[in-house]
Amino acid sequence: MKQFQYVITDPMGVHARPAGLLVKAAKTVDSTLTIAKANGKSAAATKLMAVMGLGIKQGETVTVTVEGGNEEANTAAMEKFFQDNL
Amino acid sequence: MQVATGKSILNGIAIGPLRIYRKVEAQTCQTSSLTPAQEWERFETARVSAGEQLARLYEKALEEVGEDNAAIFEIHQMMLEDEDYLDAVRSIIETQGATAEYAASVTGENFSAAFAAMEDEYMRARAADVKDISRRVVNVLTGQEDGSSQDDQPVILVADDLTPSETVQLDKSKLLGFITRYGSSNSHTAILARTMNIPALIGVDFDESWDGQLAVLDGYNHCVYIDPAQELLSAMTEKRQSDLKQEALLQSLKKKANVTLDGREIKVYANIGSGGDVGLVLQNDAQGIGLFRSEFLYLDSQDFPSEDYQFAVYKRVAETMAGKRVIIRTLDIGADKQAAYFGLDREENPALGYRAIRICLTRKDIFKTQLRAILRASAFGAISVMFPMVISLREVRDAKEILEECKNELRAQGTAIGDLEIGIMIETPAAVMIADELAEEVDFFSLGTNDLTQYTLAIDRQNPRLDTFYDAHHPAVLRMIQHTVEAGHRHGCWVGLCGELGADQTLTETFLRMGLDELSVSPSAILPLRKKIRSLDLSRTEPAGRKSES
Repeated sequence: MKQFQYVITDPMGVHARPAGLLVKAAKTVDSTLTIAKANGKSAAATKLMAVMGLGIKQGETVTVTVEGGNEEANTAAMEKFFQDNL
Repeated sequence: MQVATGKSILNGIAIGPLRIYRKVEAQTCQTSSLTPAQEWERFETARVSAGEQLARLYEKALEEVGEDNAAIFEIHQMMLEDEDYLDAVRSIIETQGATAEYAASVTGENFSAAFAAMEDEYMRARAADVKDISRRVVNVLTGQEDGSSQDDQPVILVADDLTPSETVQLDKSKLLGFITRYGSSNSHTAILARTMNIPALIGVDFDESWDGQLAVLDGYNHCVYIDPAQELLSAMTEKRQSDLKQEALLQSLKKKANVTLDGREIKVYANIGSGGDVGLVLQNDAQGIGLFRSEFLYLDSQDFPSEDYQFAVYKRVAETMAGKRVIIRTLDIGADKQAAYFGLDREENPALGYRAIRICLTRKDIFKTQLRAILRASAFGAISVMFPMVISLREVRDAKEILEECKNELRAQGTAIGDLEIGIMIETPAAVMIADELAEEVDFFSLGTNDLTQYTLAIDRQNPRLDTFYDAHHPAVLRMIQHTVEAGHRHGCWVGLCGELGADQTLTETFLRMGLDELSVSPSAILPLRKKIRSLDLSRTEPAGRKSES
């Protein structure tokens, strides 16, 4: 299992569009991805409504957990995804 | 005449008959006579065809309102594939022996209620999206037509709520404006209305008797007049005509140079207070960002924002502006802008106190974090850095030395940095008086007329009792500006102005004559200012009133 933390910079937070992109990206990797907020609430990154339901705002720190599959490569890919889109 | 109020989405006026939009609510039967497996099969078939409808809507929206706004229909398609949503539908079908349409409709209500209960206003607005996709599936299942029939003549549409897909499906040539009872200014429907430039009011309590009546939707005053009096009607018609003219004129200014009739050019930049304002900058066709108030990063945080966080924000702005100049003003906190975690003491005289560059030069750690973030972002666009509240040569030299220190540290780490212009705010009389010396140290000046006026006239901006003494056009202030421009130009420094005076059109000609190189104003003031610039002719004699002042 690998983890990384990321501070959301998008002024709108994880709104519909980036959440959609995230779900798309998460479905392409062979690891199980979980996104968690500082308050402990978490969601599978492949579930759009659950991810939107977290209501993640700009400036919030999220922890992304990558489990199973090619953890090394998928973690790197997801870190880049967050930096580019969120 | 009857008047109803609401919240306006767009400043504009619509005049025409009202038409109440009635949704065809599908009749759903709860209990099924089929097996759960058959009902699930029905649901799946309907879901696929709803997905196809959405794909077509996406194409329509792409053409009409652009990719950003069309994206919602892609999201709708994804929502229809959401595991949790599908599980909920399946469970209702299986455990309750329910029909597919009943299960879809109940699931839509449940998920929508969860979004409606969220803290975040934006997420609350998503409740309508979830309902929208469920309704679409139900309509397919019950064989309802997609959308409602529209009138032949243009109308102001009145509805409880409009979903994004309903908004896009409407024939825009028949739509003058719309009025809804529910919805938020953050909803996609509101966003679409703004993009399509259609006046809209939300939160209006209407009744059935409105249907077919003539009305004036006044977006400026957040109200609608039903069966308007003749006088009001003609006044509003006139206003609407002048709006249309103004709009056409402003649109025609886009992509045109900011040059006076006799050929003098001046740059028009935008002031922004957060990363999200960049959209407005581009929409109004500004040539750059003349003042990026970085303090919002600090004021919106609970603790000092990290280097990485700041870097990401600056980088995004630089990239979005795509090579146009972005002037980032370093932290200007203190006085009327306070953040608790700075632990600043209460001061007798905060405007003359511990603020801006004074904090940065004594709290080098805070300053360096920001400078490193700015330097790293400079590799991604045309970033300039600007120091506020300067009164002495020493401050500028110290700040530059710290900047140099940061550059060396980053270079040693192998981090890329771009070419960076250095400028200072001229907002104290002291800086004006030594502008010749300061100009030798920097690439540009930017006049901060709000503080410059306050310090020159010794008038506290925060004290409303001094309003009668406050004169933004005071000759002392205008001479300070003139002096700064001349001193800057003598030493090869370009000079801009980013205070509120920049948008004051009674001074535009004066500023051009003074030789200012750039004016930076709020995004909404850009187009009117450009129109003004293009109407001036400096080769004609100066207006008499101005001469005595400068």
